[in-house]
Amino acid sequence: MPRGSVLAAGLPASQPPTHDTPETLVAVPGHGGGPPPPSIPRPPVSNARMGMLMLIGAETMFFAGLIGAYVVFRFGSPVWPSGHLYLPVGITWVNTGFLLFSCYTMWRAMRCIQADQQQPFVRWLAITALLGSIFLGVQGFEWVQLVHDGLTISAGMYGATFYTLIGCHGLHVLAAVLWLGVVLFQARLGKFSQQHAIGVEICSMYWYYVGAVWVVLFPLVYLN
Amino acid sequence: MSEAGATAAHDAHAEHHELGFIRTYIFSTDHKMIGRQFIFASILMLIVGGLLAMMMRWELAWPETPVPFTSWISEPFMYPADEDSTVGAVEGLSEYVDPYPGANFAKSLGSVGGAHMDPAFYNSVFTMHATIMIFFVVMPFMVGGFGNYLIPLMIGAGDMAFPVLNMLSFWTAVPATIMIVYSFFVEGGAAAGGWTMYATLSADPTLSGVDTGADLWVISLLILGVSSLMGAINYITTVVNMRAPGMTWFRMPLVIWSLFVTAILLLLALPVLTAALGMLLFDRTMGTSFFMPGGGGEPILWQHLFWFFGHPEVYILVLPAMGVTSDILSTFSRKPIFGYKAMAFSMIALAFLSWIVWGHHMFVSGMNPVLGTAFMLTTMVIAVPSAIKTFNWLGTLWGGNIRFTSPMLFALGFVSNFVIGGLSGIYMASTPVDIFIHDTYFIVAHFHYVVAGIIFGMFAALYYWFPKIFGRMMNETLGKVHFALTYIFFNLAFFPMHFLGVGGHMRRIYNPLQYEFLHDLQWWNVFITMSAFCLGLSQLIFFANFIWSLIAGKKADKNPWEANTLEWTAPSPPGHGNFETTPTVYRGPYEYSSPLVKEDWLPQDRKLGPEAVTASH
Repeated sequence: MPRGSVLAAGLPASQPPTHDTPETLVAVPGHGGGPPPPSIPRPPVSNARMGMLMLIGAETMFFAGLIGAYVVFRFGSPVWPSGHLYLPVGITWVNTGFLLFSCYTMWRAMRCIQADQQQPFVRWLAITALLGSIFLGVQGFEWVQLVHDGLTISAGMYGATFYTLIGCHGLHVLAAVLWLGVVLFQARLGKFSQQHAIGVEICSMYWYYVGAVWVVLFPLVYLN
Repeated sequence: MSEAGATAAHDAHAEHHELGFIRTYIFSTDHKMIGRQFIFASILMLIVGGLLAMMMRWELAWPETPVPFTSWISEPFMYPADEDSTVGAVEGLSEYVDPYPGANFAKSLGSVGGAHMDPAFYNSVFTMHATIMIFFVVMPFMVGGFGNYLIPLMIGAGDMAFPVLNMLSFWTAVPATIMIVYSFFVEGGAAAGGWTMYATLSADPTLSGVDTGADLWVISLLILGVSSLMGAINYITTVVNMRAPGMTWFRMPLVIWSLFVTAILLLLALPVLTAALGMLLFDRTMGTSFFMPGGGGEPILWQHLFWFFGHPEVYILVLPAMGVTSDILSTFSRKPIFGYKAMAFSMIALAFLSWIVWGHHMFVSGMNPVLGTAFMLTTMVIAVPSAIKTFNWLGTLWGGNIRFTSPMLFALGFVSNFVIGGLSGIYMASTPVDIFIHDTYFIVAHFHYVVAGIIFGMFAALYYWFPKIFGRMMNETLGKVHFALTYIFFNLAFFPMHFLGVGGHMRRIYNPLQYEFLHDLQWWNVFITMSAFCLGLSQLIFFANFIWSLIAGKKADKNPWEANTLEWTAPSPPGHGNFETTPTVYRGPYEYSSPLVKEDWLPQDRKLGPEAVTASH
């Protein structure tokens, strides 16, 4: 039974009609119930931002499933990593730096568009896209080396979890870079401004998220 | 959405009112058209899934006799009846078939285009029956169809928050559906590992003998996951951001609450399945062994991941039916729903509990017994919110001025089946009992009372909102006959399965007569099959009524059921943009028999003058 309490909070003596308990009825001139507010204010979180938050929630559950499987296998195996294979931790530290720095440059780009500075905005976006591409390139190079050394997806549980987990993250970075490419193209055409920045804003949310996932995956997978 | 924003949005809709055929009927972004597309697609799949069930029932009642009307299916799935084939032939079968009633019926009907079913094909049939019914009937019908249709209308919005995403959600579900149907026609046939696709049976193609079909099954569900994700994002955003002025959270109809909670479950549960399916696909195609013990994998991990998704999935299926039932019971009892907030909070509680009970599917999988006890306890707790809902439904009916319309009858049918399914769930939840009845027909009876019982919620929803969706009334008499036959034969078909289960009849077996101890129970199999055929035939009444009403039904008024919620203030069917002006909401959705007005309903958007308020004193 809705009592309209949310609406009536600031309006004393305005109970909605609750005919199952008529004694609580209080006459409200002009209305048959709790008066509606003149208009519902703009929602605190816009549609686009909320949609992106939900996508991030779903992605988190997806990675949780994969990470759960990884943890089961890693802590269930007597030997980890299996065989003589070691991941190139040094170069991946540097690569991690690229990805984290790209989150910083993305943040700078957002600061610029919020101040309506078009030129630096486009520049910071371009740097971000470049850093993301470098991350992908380095990772691709790493993979080629690893496969060359005999670590393939079918070579055992170590390779299977490595390529699945890191590969899924890599695909997310790829998607983010492609999306950022589109955003960058639009930005060069001057599509964004202080008031109309939602397109780049949700892209940046996704970018930060992809960076955050890496912060979890890197120590988990690379740092033994 | 502000009123100015709503008006602007409405004007924008009005501008491109003239859309071509393709934009109106095929690639539509209108939530009402997308809802109808989902409803039609799932009704088509309901026929497929239902016919698969009929084939299974034939096989169980009269094992290894020719299944009628199946000679068009090619080898190696069905073998011609006249050929002296040895496919799984059992010595002296007739001695077990002939004494039971219906043997002659089976023999004469089996000669009409009959063909022998291959045992491996039987595995495909039950696998696909469950897969289709769960993922391609109940989910698209309730969540895709009615979720789409009702959410914007019942909260007073012009459309969904993301109309294009909504269209994409349907058009990604289509290839998934085509793929799952197509998998019947590839070499080796459709997936045959059961709908749960337990590893290692699913992870190694050589074990189930199905290669491409099972890959298609995995890929189809991966695609369907994307479709559901888009739908879930849309529903949640729409409910949070697009409610009409005055539509507070606790003035929302319970069906909207149920769809909102369902969308959250979809959003968070399906990605876990996606992760598991990805690993399964790698096992099948890339040579990994996540779920294969030979390569260091864990078959039980698949079960954990699957059921971590699978139990929320059960509530994804049942919650919308609960919401629909709540709305319909209140409307036709002409009484406010009993305990509105308790109803909303018990749905939230069910959704929360559904995350911590998945282990009850795995009591005999070799889990640590301590863990089993923990899962038994959390599972038992589910009885609390379920009982709150059931007793509140009864409280709603109590003393009501009940109108026995067809939607009301189906809603009552849903409640009664849910009670039986819920009570048998308590047996399954207790580990000591479950060890005895696990993987028998007892569980088949249980989940059909719950999940197949949802079909009563589906019919209730369809009969109730048909006038709004299609602008015409369905025939009431045919609706009542349809209900009576469906209700009777549903119970005759599924209730005896409890007896079979307690008698030790395993699920998913091809020929029960191969087991000496099941011979005495074969009579029940014949009885269940006869009832199931009658249940299937009863649906012809529905299809006749549905199609006839679509074409020539009586034109529907705006509000034929004298209901309160906002969709009944829009035209039947509503035009593009739904409402002529954005409605303003003054009260909750269940103000029936209010003393404030002389009618026994009081719509949510009706503004009462001061005299009405005074008159009630």
